[in-house]
Amino acid sequence: MSSLILNASTALGLAGLYFLLASGLSLIFGLMNVLNLAHGAFFAIGGYAAWWVMDTLEIVSSLGLRFVIAVAVAALAGLVVGALVERGLVAKLYGKHLEQILLTIGLSYVFVALLGGWFTYDPRLMTQPAWFGTTTEIFGANIPNNRLLVLAVAVVALVGLLVFLNRTRHGLIIRAGVENAPMVRALGIDVGRSFTIVFALGGLLAGVGGGLAAVYFNGVSPSLGTAQLIFAFIVVVIGGLGSVPGTAVAAVLVAFTQVFANNYLATGLGSISVVVLLALVLLVRPQGLLGRAGT
Amino acid sequence: MTDTATALLTIEDLNVWRGEAHILHGVSFDVPRGQVTALLGRNGVGKTTTLLALMGLLPGSGSASMSGQELVNGETHLNSRLGIGYVPEDREVFSTLTVSENLRLAERPGAEHRYGLVYELFPDLAIRPDQEAGTLSGGQQQMLALARALLNPNELLLVDEPTKGLAPIIIEGVVEALVKATSETTVLLVEQNLTVAGDLATAAVVLDQGSVVYTGGMQALAGDRALTGRYLGVEVR
Amino acid sequence: MKRVYPILIVAALFAVAPFVDVGIPFVFGTEIGSPGTLLVLGIALTFAALAVSYDILFGYTGMLSLGHALPFALGVYGTNLVMIHWGLPYFAASLVALVGGVLIALLLGSLALRTSGVAFAMVTLAFAEAFAILVLTDPLRIFGGEEGLPIAVDHLPDIFRGVVNTRYVYWLALLFAVAVFMLARLVVTSRAGRVWQAIRENEPRVEMLGLRPFAFKLASFVIASAIASAAGSVYLLLIRGANAGTTSALFTLGILVMVVLGGTGKLWGAALGGFIYGILDLRLSEVATSDFIADMPTWLGGPLSEPLFILGVLFVLLILYFPGGLISIPGQLRKARSARRVGQ
Repeated sequence: MSSLILNASTALGLAGLYFLLASGLSLIFGLMNVLNLAHGAFFAIGGYAAWWVMDTLEIVSSLGLRFVIAVAVAALAGLVVGALVERGLVAKLYGKHLEQILLTIGLSYVFVALLGGWFTYDPRLMTQPAWFGTTTEIFGANIPNNRLLVLAVAVVALVGLLVFLNRTRHGLIIRAGVENAPMVRALGIDVGRSFTIVFALGGLLAGVGGGLAAVYFNGVSPSLGTAQLIFAFIVVVIGGLGSVPGTAVAAVLVAFTQVFANNYLATGLGSISVVVLLALVLLVRPQGLLGRAGT
Repeated sequence: MTDTATALLTIEDLNVWRGEAHILHGVSFDVPRGQVTALLGRNGVGKTTTLLALMGLLPGSGSASMSGQELVNGETHLNSRLGIGYVPEDREVFSTLTVSENLRLAERPGAEHRYGLVYELFPDLAIRPDQEAGTLSGGQQQMLALARALLNPNELLLVDEPTKGLAPIIIEGVVEALVKATSETTVLLVEQNLTVAGDLATAAVVLDQGSVVYTGGMQALAGDRALTGRYLGVEVR
Repeated sequence: MKRVYPILIVAALFAVAPFVDVGIPFVFGTEIGSPGTLLVLGIALTFAALAVSYDILFGYTGMLSLGHALPFALGVYGTNLVMIHWGLPYFAASLVALVGGVLIALLLGSLALRTSGVAFAMVTLAFAEAFAILVLTDPLRIFGGEEGLPIAVDHLPDIFRGVVNTRYVYWLALLFAVAVFMLARLVVTSRAGRVWQAIRENEPRVEMLGLRPFAFKLASFVIASAIASAAGSVYLLLIRGANAGTTSALFTLGILVMVVLGGTGKLWGAALGGFIYGILDLRLSEVATSDFIADMPTWLGGPLSEPLFILGVLFVLLILYFPGGLISIPGQLRKARSARRVGQ
């Protein structure tokens, strides 16, 4: 029983990471029709930002506080990079969806190589508050606290994102734009600004995800994002492109499939099982769980 | 013929391509201020294309100027802010947003939001503000699309086939609303239903194969069997 | 048949490479005829063939597959595994791997084609990644994991063994590339090829004409995968083993880069892109580890020592300014020059 709880909490933590990475991707695609292959790099950039803060900001003696700052810096780094990439590069290829995708591919090479060139490809261990390494007892199982942390942050992000989308004007514009961007323009609204907001938001979420991933995986390396990006894609497709609730549900589904397959079938079969899950969803409901038919 | 002094919108030599196809060939006509002008013609002749070009949703060459501002190749949201309300052919309401959210989105900052007028014209919308627009009936969606365009005090309304696919009794309601709403607004109305066009419009422009073949009064056109037969393929009853 | 002449001339030029004693400084480390450079050329030619196969799928049919490394890797690993475990000689093993590749392409293609556009891209990427993970984690203990599988030398014909016989491997690669090019040209100029292009332009219209896009798209997918699989068999011979690099996301995206680099829409554009990518990929690592770069300060030298950085930056610049690829550059420059002359 306790191993079940442990696996479930591991899966929930992983689901949190997938959600943070995939939600931005889903929105960017839903609104702009851009497949942002540089998204994994945003993740890695966030991871390195957090690592760097933990490593250098020794004037903040409390590791817990330092970690909060680290995540904030990671979020900021992701936001800035996301906004700059959109404003400076993606926007220049307005309307040319294929070129935009190709651009993000080139950028993913550049960012990963940049990180590798500066920090080398060896994984860097991250200084962490002691509390992360300890466990909390829940229903008789000892859950590592870092899993709980990731889950908590992801839930906060989910709620924040839903509030933003459903209660603010910007969110309203984005939700409408995901369905029909030209009509939003015809109402006199500059959707281009929303493009930048969505990219920045995606970058922020990925940055936070990267900072937390550094904790979850106990280290950061330039390929941190690329390894997880593929799972993020699968989550986006299963959840339905452009749907935040769909991404949340799919993240849980994918993470549980992966963790439980790895533990109860055989190590290494987790990823294959996820792909099988993808194939099943494609057969039964190609638009994704909460996606609109015809997308 | 209207003289340009009383024209709100002057279109000159408008050429629009869709891919390789040359849809509009040097279209020129005026849209007189304060009246409803019907834009007529058979299917595929370029009526919707004209509206799209005016909204900057399709690129083209030539000129379409409204109050001194050029619309052709303009940025859609900027064209809209000049005071144009656009009601597209397939309504294009945002199906995942509620009725009130659809209207809220249409609120132009700094302009008056005429909810009173809109709810008076379309009481059906007033009673269901939180209903998802995708679950509305065809007629209700059409009313929502019209409401969006009427919410702000727009100078020009571009309305594309508002009665398409609607049952006759619904059409009556839409026409009634349009008559009330457009008593002093300038409207360019694309319509296939000639009876509706006849009820609403005072001026008419007929397109055939991408060119203008008639401009003049709506009633004069309606009474001319030869014209309607040749260019519209049907009689006005 | 007149159009065959250019390709035959190019083939003839490449065929004499093993006899050339001079080198091209900076581009190659040794003379063209040396085994090292012949291998580089051979790999570049194989990439050219791979790029042509992708052009059929992406350039002509408009299907953005991000998983084209999968059939290629299947060819590399499959051929080697069949030689090792079933003892078949090289060419027979390649054939078996090809058949396997086609069957898998049929299965995966049918699944993936339930989506289109970006979802299709993500799904194909997912499938390719699944294979990459399978190879790395190697639960069945057959793939050799990160180290890969050295080639089963015993099952190679004598003519392909040993460094002295590199020229024969090179000529095989050349023959293969030429054959692929001519086959591809035949296929894209056929009726099916025209339907593919119609699908790329306007799929709903194709349906309205009474044709079934799904069947044509699947055919395009399978043909492209078959060629890629065969290319994998040739690649195995060139690099003397199967390694996980061919399954990576980097490589599968690299195939897209190859075709975009050269320019879609013309088969020889894709071939050029694949060829240049191959040269760059192999030779940039040389530049990266040179003293010139090592003497730079870390913040500059670090990234510059990464071949991917240079490639990535070049690619980004290409997309921004010459999205039509290398073959579009002369045309665009000509247009710019004449525009200036007219005084615009």
